Amino acid sequence: MRQVAVVGIGKTAFGALADRDLRSLAVEAGQKALENAGAKNSQVEAFYLGNFAGPSFVGQNHLAPYVAAGMGITGIPATRFEAACASSGAAFFHAVSAVSAGLYDVVLVTGVEKMTSQSTPKVTEILAGAGDLCGEVRSGATFPALFAMIARRHMYQYGTTREQLAAVAVKNHQNGAKNPLAHMRKVITMEQALNGKLIAEPLTVYDCSLVSDGAAAVLIAPLERAAEFTDKPVRVLGISQTSDNVALDEKADITTFRAVQTSAEKAYKMANVKPSDIQFAEVHDCFTIAEIVAIEDLGFVKKGEGGPYTLAGGTCMHGERPVNTSGGLKSKGHPVGATGVGQICDVVQQIRGEAGERQVQRNSLGLAQNLGGSGATSVVTVLGAA
Amino acid sequence: MNELGPGTVYTETVVWSPPEAYVNDVPYQLAIVQLDSGRRITGRVDGDRVHIGDRVSFAEFRNQVPFFRKQA
Repeated sequence: MRQVAVVGIGKTAFGALADRDLRSLAVEAGQKALENAGAKNSQVEAFYLGNFAGPSFVGQNHLAPYVAAGMGITGIPATRFEAACASSGAAFFHAVSAVSAGLYDVVLVTGVEKMTSQSTPKVTEILAGAGDLCGEVRSGATFPALFAMIARRHMYQYGTTREQLAAVAVKNHQNGAKNPLAHMRKVITMEQALNGKLIAEPLTVYDCSLVSDGAAAVLIAPLERAAEFTDKPVRVLGISQTSDNVALDEKADITTFRAVQTSAEKAYKMANVKPSDIQFAEVHDCFTIAEIVAIEDLGFVKKGEGGPYTLAGGTCMHGERPVNTSGGLKSKGHPVGATGVGQICDVVQQIRGEAGERQVQRNSLGLAQNLGGSGATSVVTVLGAA
Repeated sequence: MNELGPGTVYTETVVWSPPEAYVNDVPYQLAIVQLDSGRRITGRVDGDRVHIGDRVSFAEFRNQVPFFRKQA
């Protein structure tokens, strides 16, 4: 198996981008990644596109060749990957696997979602399609409701508090306010976060990530060819994708994302690192409780200690292990199909030392964790300086 | 065969931001119930609000959705 490196990154702004369509966003991100690597579109040997629900949000199917052709790329394999909010994490995992196996050298991986042209109830309904339509969703479960039920159970089993949940939102907005590409670049107070409009009890609007449009892309290549594209290659040291039950009521313990645990274990083993070695991370904070569960399941803290650790500042910009220095899904925005590759871009930016006023000091080993649904897909990637 | 029997609330929430199909139902309570018969099922709660650990009885299916009620 060959070593794989990220040699180019590109992102659009995330936000409610009324004048932009899905294809133009995906094309912009892909072209930026090529430019970042000094690569030509004719060098791309395969195109992997992560997108959750383009057919539902904008009515367009057959997305991967459509986007590729928009970049002037034809005549190569161009395929869309769907794994709910882990769609582009899954695309990235499969692209890395193909390059590692020697099928291709230069591969473009893009994630995109165009969400804001639909009403909130319609968006809620489309997102619920990532749950079990014959069970929880028919009963009226939305994604906020599923994570609210996880939060309630986590509070019951471990004593996690509303204030600890809100601390995730306050921290991520602090970081996102400094990210020029973030959707909601504003600081929020603990008081605001605690008193937001209820979405699904106990979660308020401040516990929920944003409905956004946006795209992100990375160009990957074998490590031995990385120098053709960049003097700052970032290595994929470990990567794993695993699955679990879709329905929440089929999971033995909903306070744990078993797929996050199993994908993390495999990624750590492949990278030959321990959880405590990871210096910073981008984790999937689709809801505040999801970040708390994630840092526990990634092994950064013991089960049940995610809330107190967050409130004490362990995951802050200048804490022991900064988490979501990009602002996370909470502040940066969550165009669901773009999120996984967006996280890879954010970790690469930190390892290159290009994160500006959000730059972490210990930046040689980072992690990205991308979650699909209420934990049915997880992709964990360990990235390091080459 | 439509009888699910009693159970205990494993977790719950009250939904204020609904999907399109349920805009007229808000707020409504949703719960995952640990049935005495063994499995867990997601359903709606009629009447009094319930909390984790509360005992509930199966009331009925409406449009294939199980409804539960808090036991007195």
